[in-house]
Amino acid sequence: MVGIVSYGTYIPRYRIKIADIAAAWKKDPDEVIRSLGVLEKSVPGGDEDTATIAIEAASSALGACAADPKSIECIFVGSESHPYAVNPTSTIVGELLGVGHNYLAADLEFACKAGTSGMQAISGLIEAGQIRYGMAIGADTAQSKPHDVLEYTSAAAGAAFLLGRNKLIAKLVSYTSYSSDTPDFWRRDGIRYPSHAGRFTGEPAYFAHVAAAARRLMEKAHCRPEDIDWCVFHMPNGKFPRAVAKRLGFSHNQLAPSLIVDTIGNPYSASTMLGLAAVLDIAKPGEKIFMVSYGSGAGSDAFLWETTEEVVSYQRSAVRQKKTVKDQIERKTYIDYVQYLKQTHKI
Amino acid sequence: MSVAIIGVSTTKFGELWGTSPRALAREAVFGAMKDARIAPKEIQALFVGNMLSGILGGQEHLGAFFSEELGLRVPAFRIEGACASGGLALHSAVGSILSGQHETVVVLGIEKMTDHKPEDVAAALMAAGSQEERSSGATFPGLYAFLARAHMEAFGTTVQDLAVVAVKNHFHASLNTNAQFRNTITKEQVLASSKIADPLRLLDCSPVSDGAAALIITSNRRQATGNRRSVTIAASAVATDTLGLAQRESLLELKATKKSSKEAYRQAGVDPGDIDVAEVHDCFTIAEILAIEDLGFAGKGKAAAELERGEYTLNKAKKLVVNPSGGLKGCGHPVGATGVKQVVELVEQLRMDAGDRQVIGVRVGLAHNVGGSGATAVVHILKRA
Repeated sequence: MVGIVSYGTYIPRYRIKIADIAAAWKKDPDEVIRSLGVLEKSVPGGDEDTATIAIEAASSALGACAADPKSIECIFVGSESHPYAVNPTSTIVGELLGVGHNYLAADLEFACKAGTSGMQAISGLIEAGQIRYGMAIGADTAQSKPHDVLEYTSAAAGAAFLLGRNKLIAKLVSYTSYSSDTPDFWRRDGIRYPSHAGRFTGEPAYFAHVAAAARRLMEKAHCRPEDIDWCVFHMPNGKFPRAVAKRLGFSHNQLAPSLIVDTIGNPYSASTMLGLAAVLDIAKPGEKIFMVSYGSGAGSDAFLWETTEEVVSYQRSAVRQKKTVKDQIERKTYIDYVQYLKQTHKI
Repeated sequence: MSVAIIGVSTTKFGELWGTSPRALAREAVFGAMKDARIAPKEIQALFVGNMLSGILGGQEHLGAFFSEELGLRVPAFRIEGACASGGLALHSAVGSILSGQHETVVVLGIEKMTDHKPEDVAAALMAAGSQEERSSGATFPGLYAFLARAHMEAFGTTVQDLAVVAVKNHFHASLNTNAQFRNTITKEQVLASSKIADPLRLLDCSPVSDGAAALIITSNRRQATGNRRSVTIAASAVATDTLGLAQRESLLELKATKKSSKEAYRQAGVDPGDIDVAEVHDCFTIAEILAIEDLGFAGKGKAAAELERGEYTLNKAKKLVVNPSGGLKGCGHPVGATGVKQVVELVEQLRMDAGDRQVIGVRVGLAHNVGGSGATAVVHILKRA
């Protein structure tokens, strides 16, 4: 059976309070926070980009397991902010991880679900017996135009999942995907910031795709919300995952551990994967985790995971090394709006 | 006047992302023809009220565009007057009949707004303002906020008074199956909603919407009298004022509303006290307060208190119900469609076909459609045939 052998995450330490962004634009901070459900967001350092973030997360994943780097035969990096339009992030990551050269590398793009698309593709390669291990990474230094509503949530982080067959901390019970041509959010080549279609990003986009993928997975895996221990949904803001979880019949308790959005915002391709990592940090063996990503354009990847006994030793090590998602969320340095503009190379 | 409305129809208003302008037009126009029990070959002209198709979608030439789509191949005209485009289209259609040029025509009001980015829609709507307003960065919420502030300073109108309008119109819209918002709201919710342009909050503002509405009007006595459901257009009047607010003599009234309604009352031989039901242009809550006063339903500075007492609310009003459809605030505001939808609502009220939102004992109805911040006002008065 395919599953998660290890995982690693990386959240840059810099934070900006949403209230400070709101103040810069003379907006009422309480209204902005209430409407988006986000308090602060992570910001990359001036010398951090998607490649460095992906390497940090993947190194952490590799360091937390006994797998030989040279046994990794596939690296997929999903991102909306690959440093190069042409020149892969995945080979930069592979070189620095020391995986050798006998591996399949590719950069993936599908808005905020490129990372989870990599997880599904790698799972298929492993199931087909083509490879033993593959690393799926979602990383972003999320772009947003100053004064656009995205500025309040676009964040930076990465999550890497080493998938394989042996010594699994979570088994992949079932997975499915749902896609359509729905242009709710886009960025053309050469354009610095993404555009979005306002309220169209809600019902016909996020909610339609996440719910459809979720229902398809429940049907395929013959499960209902009450059979699940934890759920994770893509987090473009604090409201959408809460709303879709409720509509699908999940409780707040099932969702709460995954809600990294409240304190670090939306690191695009890393959002759902970081939510999964946050749940794996606290899940007990034998628990089921239901996860649905969302990428604009549009599509959702849905996964049903079940933790094993191996998760316990992983968690102990992560706690000891202070590298849980919670540790990283709490390790922070606040910056002001001007410093934010500098670090994100806007001024 | 001897023009009758013999067929009406409106689509659902709202975020109709899966419906094209062509489909909206077909639904509204063929619905109105079915209601009028007439065949397409009896239609002699098409009048289309629309504001934004050219700016947002690059599609102009809407007369021919919809004439082709509807398979009519008749003389067809697009009439633009910002948010009063629908009312102006009806006024033009009435004129074409009274001139003897046509006998039976269709009036289509239509707008597709939600396919476009909100900032593009806001910028496109400002095409209805003055150059000075555009270049200073003003938006329509901002311009109506000026009107609200002026009214507050002159008459002590409060934000609570504004909220009463939104609460009433959401209540009415909750009874309208074609309305964009079917939810009732409270004054507290209005006052807690996001600030848009102080003192106007989100729930003081009409939404961005898609929708279409159509009317079949005729001077053909056989068609009008053969259709026992026909309603007479007793008045159709238009007035204009300066495009920009800064050039107005007063910010406490919309002079175009006063002038057009005065002329409409003259044409119909009625006065404000004769009106039983009115659809007024509540693009923002302050706009309904101004309309009630400028149309002569209430004295200047008196509308807010009367609204608070429920004097214009369905099932409470003793004389006049204002915006039983839910108005622009509750029913939605696809700008080119609004003026036509208002008349559809009045026809349904006068035919006693309005279901849960039926106003009892209606004989005379008034529709008030405004373009920009009051640069155009169109008033129609309808009577039971």
